[in-house]
Parts: sequence; structure tokens; C-alpha cells
Amino acid sequence: MSQDASRRVDEIIARYPRKLAAMLPVLWEVQRENGWISPEAMEWVAARLECSPSAVQSVVTFYTMLDDRPVGKWKLQVCRTLSCELMGARRIIDHLRERLGIEPGETTADGMFTLQEVECLASCGTGPMMQVNLKFCENLTPERIDALLDELRGREPEWDDVEPLIYERPTAEEYLAMLPRSIEPAESAG
Amino acid sequence: MSAPRILMQRALDRPADSWTLAAYEAAGGYGAVRKALDMDPGAIIDEVKKSGLRGRGGAGFPTGTKWSFIPREIDKPKYLVCNSDESEPGTFKDRWLLERDPHAVIEGMMIAAAAIGCRLMFNYFRGEFSYPAKRFMAAVEEAYAKGYLGKGIFGSDYDLELVTHVGAGAYICGEETGLIESLEGKKGMPRNKPPFPAIEGLFRSPTVINNTETLAVVPWILEHGGDAYAQYGPEKSHGTKLWSASGPIRNSGVYELEMGYDLMTFLEEDLGGLLDGFGLKGIIPGGSSVPVMTPEECRGARLDYEGLRERGSLVGSGGFIVIGDNVSAVQCLLNLAHFYAHESCGQCTPCREGCGWIQQLMHKILEGHGTQRDLEQVLRISDNMAGKTICALADAMAWPAVAFVKKYPEEFAELLTGPVDLDAIRAAVGRVDHILPKAS
Repeated sequence: MSQDASRRVDEIIARYPRKLAAMLPVLWEVQRENGWISPEAMEWVAARLECSPSAVQSVVTFYTMLDDRPVGKWKLQVCRTLSCELMGARRIIDHLRERLGIEPGETTADGMFTLQEVECLASCGTGPMMQVNLKFCENLTPERIDALLDELRGREPEWDDVEPLIYERPTAEEYLAMLPRSIEPAESAG
Repeated sequence: MSAPRILMQRALDRPADSWTLAAYEAAGGYGAVRKALDMDPGAIIDEVKKSGLRGRGGAGFPTGTKWSFIPREIDKPKYLVCNSDESEPGTFKDRWLLERDPHAVIEGMMIAAAAIGCRLMFNYFRGEFSYPAKRFMAAVEEAYAKGYLGKGIFGSDYDLELVTHVGAGAYICGEETGLIESLEGKKGMPRNKPPFPAIEGLFRSPTVINNTETLAVVPWILEHGGDAYAQYGPEKSHGTKLWSASGPIRNSGVYELEMGYDLMTFLEEDLGGLLDGFGLKGIIPGGSSVPVMTPEECRGARLDYEGLRERGSLVGSGGFIVIGDNVSAVQCLLNLAHFYAHESCGQCTPCREGCGWIQQLMHKILEGHGTQRDLEQVLRISDNMAGKTICALADAMAWPAVAFVKKYPEEFAELLTGPVDLDAIRAAVGRVDHILPKAS
């Protein structure tokens, strides 16, 4: 951890009546600094918060946003919950699988993209949507995904880039193109 | 009398900068907290009780009553926590408020703090709310710079600090004792109650936890009086409520409606009806945890606590999910079972195992390999979950499971393999539907 980050951690701990309460914000600092939270980082956090490394590990593995292994430069987390699925989330996930050549949970060989399916991100009126690192991208279509992937390949992530990117709402025709007219049993049902 | 937009009007009037202190004060902001600081804490609580305000996060508990549970004379700090963990599928109204009107939330928190004698308060954001948290933290900085927060607020001898705390992704942290555990730096596993948070909450001290929307409406109540708020809406559901509308509708988004608003008017007029090419299959009116309503149940239904209960559902968080006829009820239930199986914290066996079993059985049925026994098993599992765990997540799985099978039995039957007896399915539903919410 850099001196800057270490100082920020001191400031964070001072905000709380008990050191342990600083756990999540301190882990965010670690992830911001290193991109993920390694076993060594967990020991460092445990020493700062005066708890056991296993207490830190139990927290890191409980919360979906904390990574206990390295992830791609861009983490694409597509919402798969009901409102987004009703509007085409499945098509978005399939499109990303095809474009990136990976399955949800995997990272591209060049370390550029990690693809994940996540649960409801509170953007239900502008679905389908995904979170790109810490930025929401809403009202997605396959075409918009293509443009977005090209744009992401050409730049570096910034931690503070959090303002949502909200496209125009797709038309009824665009939605229908993303949705199977009827979700019948999968082909395997025979 | 039709209600004004108590929560949304300010932000709609100044879309360019509604989140700034300047905009909030130009609309009379921070007047109510000044008034509250001159009041006896008991008088603040009485005003909120008079308003009839009920918690907008999902449970609908009367807010003034919740505040009154905090012991007055006790040698422990008291804490106020704003619950901005908004994670109930279909719900995005707190995000709307936090991005556009953060000062209303801050002022509501200050008034609640004054009412319970709190000197350190927290706003707990879900981890994915980076942008709402950024807007909120900027507003908190503005308030500190003006002396509205910190030592001796508004020149009084009252010190009040506010810490913005960002979670890291876990639905269960919206449950109030799960939130407390998370804020204490642990896994967000809900606690057994009692003791209730009002007696032993955060750091084992008396704690009030209120939803973001609930707190944002408090300044208006202090400014205009509890009676003014109570004049809106029917007898037991006062005021206005935010609804998050999603699904294949023309005008999705956040709406503020007076309690008691007609459901079909909301769907057909405010939301513009369904998109071309979609018919109505059903509506989940209060977030994914509440029972789905058929089009017949929707007709004539009132959007308020009693009105939705009469139709077998709940206001919940106001996540109004419109389901089109292009998806099957089976697909919807599988989607939700996947959600609850993923989000179960795992400490109670009925929930940890039950959510996963329902997910597996629904998957089997959707793939065309399920039998009637499998479907009846889903119902039995639901009956063994509801009311049998530390928190309500198990109920939040069991209710949609029983409701979807009860209301769309043909769609499930159609996918089953082997002999199918629709009457037997209905009878199996009849044995377990006592777990669903009833009219009060």
C-alpha cells in the first residue's frame, strides 16, 4: 500500500467509534490501490483493524463487489434480475459472451475484460443495463454494447468515473428484437 | 384534495442543479430542521406520529412510533442510520432522490437525529451506488462548510456528525439488522430479535434505521405539520409514495402518487400502457418480494397499504414491475429464485437450502423435465420457509413462489412431464397459501 493510501486508511478509521467498522471502506481503498484484495492485503487490513485475517477474508468473500482474485481492466457486470430480463438482459449477456469469447465469471486472455452476471442494480426502468467498473450504463442494445467495447479498449479506467451513461430508451421494436416472443422450454426439452 | 409532489417537485423544478445547497435553500430547505431544533424531541416525534408516515423501505412500520422506542434516559450513544441500500428488485426511487435531492435526505436525517438525541449518524449506501454516494457526499461537504453539520449546528450547542458509508454488494444488508452487522465491519447476517435495534442496535446502542424516502419526507412534515401530511391518502395510508415503474411500459421511471391512487389509471395513463406488441400478464406492485397480481386483481385496486392487501399483495418498496405476456410465469419465478438463492446469507437452513432447491426445481420444470411432484415440492418447501427464519428473506422467496403457481397454474402444468392434474395442483396451492399476506 502506498503512503497516500495508508494515510487515507487512517482517516477512515478515525471516522468510526470502533476500528472494525472501517472494514468496508478500508477494503475499498485496498481494491482501489491494487485492483483486488490479496491474502497479504487481508493480513495488512487485519493488522490495521486489530482483527484476525480470517475475519477480513469472511467479509471479502461475502460481498460481491470485493475481488479476492485479479480481474480484468474492465469489469462488466450485467444485471440479470427480473426487470432487466423482461427487457432483454439475456440477449445482452449472450452478445457479450459472443463478442468477448468468454463465459460469465471469466476474464479475456488479454486481461482486458471480466464478464459477470449480477443481481438487481436499481436501474430497472432503464434496463437492460450493466455496471462497467463503478459506472452504470443503461438502456443497452447489442449495437450500443459494440460501440462501448470499442471505446473501452481505447482508454484507461479512472476510479472516479462514476457518472451514469444513460442512452435513449430503446423503441418497442428494438426491445422485441432483443426478446424471444415467448420463452418456451429450452431446446433440450425435446 | 389531490396531493402535491412532496418529494419530487423540487428536483423537477431545477433539473440543472437540484442537488446543490443553493437550489435546496432557494426552495426553503433547512428551514424545517431549524424549527425542529427549537422543539422538544417529544414534540418532533408527535408531529411525525400525527402525519401517519409509515416506513417506505418495505415493512411500512409507523415512523414516529419507531422513533419513540428509543430510550430517553440511557447512558449510551444513540445512532441514526439512513438505509440507502436500495436493492429490492424493481426499486430505484431512493437512487432518484439521492442523485437529485440529497439535501432533503440530510435534513430529514438531522431532524430524526434531534428527535432521538443522536450525535453521530450514518448513511449506508449499497456498494453499487457510487454515483448517488458521490452526489450525497458533495452535499454533506456543503452542509459542513455552512455549519449545518459538525460542532454546534446552526449556532446551537448541538454537535451532529454524518458519515457516508458505502457497502460492497449484498441484498441482505438492506435488512436492518443485516445492515447493522455490515456497518460494524462484518458479514451482513441478520440478527435475532429481540433485542430490537431501538434497544441494542449499532455497536449495541439504541439505533433507528429509516429508509431514504422516509427521511426525505420528514422536513416537509415538520414544515407543514403532521396534519397537513395526513390529509392526503386514505385513512390508514397517509401522504404520498414513490413508485419505481419498470417492464414493457411506455413511460418507465419514478412517480410520486398520493396513497390510494387507482392502479389501472397509473398503468394506462401515467405509464402510458404497455409498449406496442405486449399484452399484460401481471404486475408485481411492491418489489420482487411481494405476491404478483393478475390483470383481474389489478382492476379497481388502490395503490396503498390496505388497498393492495385486499388484493393479496403489498406496497413493499413500491417497485412496480409490469410483466408482459411474452414471458412465462415459470421463467419469472426461476429468475427470482436465482436472485434469492444468490442473496440468501446462508445462516438459516430453511432459507439457504430452500431458495436453492426452488431454483433447481424451477430450472428442471422450465427445461421440461419436471413432474407434478416437483411442482408440489416447490409449494411444500415454500411452506417450510415462510416465518421460520431469522429475517424475512425466506418469506420473500416463498411468497412469489406460491403466488406465481397459484395465479398461473396452467403455465406450470403445461411444462410438466408425466401425468398432470390441474385440480391437484390447485389443491396443493390451497394447502400452503395461508402463508401469503391477507387483508388486515
